[in-house]
Amino acid sequence: MKILVCISKTPDTTAKIAFTDNNTKFSEAGVQFIINPYDEWYALVRALELKETQGATVHLITVGGADTEAVIRKALALGGDEAFRVNADSHDSFYIASQIAAVAQQEQYDLIFTGKETIDYNGSSVGGMLAELLGLPFVSIASKLDVNGTTATLVREIEGGEETVEVTLPLALSAQKGMAEARIPNMRGIMAARTKPLKVVEPVAAEHLTSVVSFELPPAKAGVKLIAADQVEELARLLHEEAKVF
Amino acid sequence: MSVIIFADQFQGKVKKSALEAVQYGAKIAQQLGVPAIAIAVGEVGAAELSALGQYGASKVLHVADARLNEPEAGATTKLIAEAVAKENASVIVFSHNFAGRSIAPQLSAKLKAGFVAGAIGLPDTTAGFVVKKNVFSGKAFANVSIGTDKKIVSVMPNSFSPVAGEGSAAVEAFAAGLTDADFRIKSLKVETVSGEVPLTEAEIVVSGGRGLKGPEHWGIVEDLAHTLGAATACSRPVADSGWRPHHEHVGQTGFTVRPNLYIAIGISGAIQHLAGVNGSKTIVVINKDPEAPFFKAADYGIVGDAFEVVPKLTEAVKKYKGN
Ligand SMILES: Cc1cc2nc3c(=O)[nH]c(=O)nc-3n(C[C@H](O)[C@H](O)[C@H](O)COP(=O)(O)OP(=O)(O)OC[C@H]3O[C@@H](n4cnc5c(N)ncnc54)[C@H](O)[C@@H]3O)c2cc1C
Repeated sequence: MKILVCISKTPDTTAKIAFTDNNTKFSEAGVQFIINPYDEWYALVRALELKETQGATVHLITVGGADTEAVIRKALALGGDEAFRVNADSHDSFYIASQIAAVAQQEQYDLIFTGKETIDYNGSSVGGMLAELLGLPFVSIASKLDVNGTTATLVREIEGGEETVEVTLPLALSAQKGMAEARIPNMRGIMAARTKPLKVVEPVAAEHLTSVVSFELPPAKAGVKLIAADQVEELARLLHEEAKVF
Repeated sequence: MSVIIFADQFQGKVKKSALEAVQYGAKIAQQLGVPAIAIAVGEVGAAELSALGQYGASKVLHVADARLNEPEAGATTKLIAEAVAKENASVIVFSHNFAGRSIAPQLSAKLKAGFVAGAIGLPDTTAGFVVKKNVFSGKAFANVSIGTDKKIVSVMPNSFSPVAGEGSAAVEAFAAGLTDADFRIKSLKVETVSGEVPLTEAEIVVSGGRGLKGPEHWGIVEDLAHTLGAATACSRPVADSGWRPHHEHVGQTGFTVRPNLYIAIGISGAIQHLAGVNGSKTIVVINKDPEAPFFKAADYGIVGDAFEVVPKLTEAVKKYKGN
């Protein structure tokens, strides 16, 4: 089995969110970057489990500049076999999906994983676009995946419940909580990652369908109205009469 | 030209998040001076569909194919693309719910139509087409411009409360050219938690954290939620410890919710938790530690012991509900 895991570089979850250049650019000053948690904790780890239990080659791919290499090396340290970096900087999901599709067309994967969404642009789009570009079925927001021969069984989230589905490989999916447990790379993995292949490929021609015009921060809260612990009825009154929320 | 809205249903009822999408799409249609056309798939009654007129749809295309009761993503993408061609649609609207997250990106790639996922405002069409969306998991917003002729927008659930007005829509059977080969994802089983309010659609959410000490203490959370008709949620360590199911985990690495009222009980308010809930209109925090960071993000707060405060709050709410 040949597996591709799409890896995105995102700011650490505690990063201060600020913008520069007249609110058109995310300020990277002092920001630590991590592998997008959905890509790492669920997609990558489940791919590695499949490799361990049934044998598979796990490729990684990211679309980004040279500054994404630390993140991709960490994914290699966790157990990926080799990685591609498409040398382009973009925030347009269609452009990114087009780049990944070009590599996937040559490599012919049985399974392509993305995370449910990235925690920075929250697009939740690349997986579905990629599936369409490659003509693959797409199972979104999957919390479980088992593979038996060429048949995959998945559990996906739906409004108010879950659906169990069956699909014949090849297939693309987006992974979320439940699919696997996060892992920490060990020393051997970190050493091995240094010499694993990381191929840099130049982007293919593709369109940008969207662009960010500007960023905004949410307005600050007016401040909390504290109610004494022995005046709980007053809280109910305020919620009913002032906030009118029930 | 027209605006097409995917109105997805569950067990024969149009989802609340879909009603919101229909109303949002109808407002865009009004802005552009074109009709708003809804499209529904699967087995759903004509009355339920014509009622979409109350949310601004003038017509509903219906593909009454039982195989689409849980909309198979590939087949649904294909049939919406056919509807877009037939109705010459320039804007296609989805809810940013589970179905929308699956179908909208596929449609975007198929039509090469720019897609903004999780819109929280109506598009600005004065110069181009610019939509505001959540980024950094709710810690900021981005105004995103779609540069293509056809545009796709998915609406973040609970960003606009749907309000029913007057009107009824003409329901028209839509014969999509689907073949068996279009159904590649086979649905084996659908399990629903009956009677529960789906978390992402809930108007009120009652959420518990590690301060509740153990799963055996969730009764007070459930009682309050039940009294308010609310959904229950939890912080990440609570789900990770198996005290509550994973689908209740809210925050940066869980679900994003935007209810009218979010009640946080025994949750400290870590930045990753706040990210998923700070779009809530009113936030109430109950925590015994006056220094808990959540108070800074709250509208109302009680510094006190959850085990004493929460049952009292439930009783106090019941008095209003009784009237
Ligand atoms: C990469 C990353 C991603 C993360 N993503 C998420 C996420 O998506 N969602 C999330 O929630 N967390 C997330 N976290 C974890 C987050 O940092 C916090 O650890 C977590 O939110 C804390 O949960 P808590 O508030 O329930 O527990 P604690 O921080 O332990 O807080 C418990 C609170 O309960 C109060 N308390 C105790 N007893 C009582 C009582 N009797 N009555 C009233 N109050 C009481 C305490 O004062 C305290 O404030 C993430 C962390 C990382 C590193």
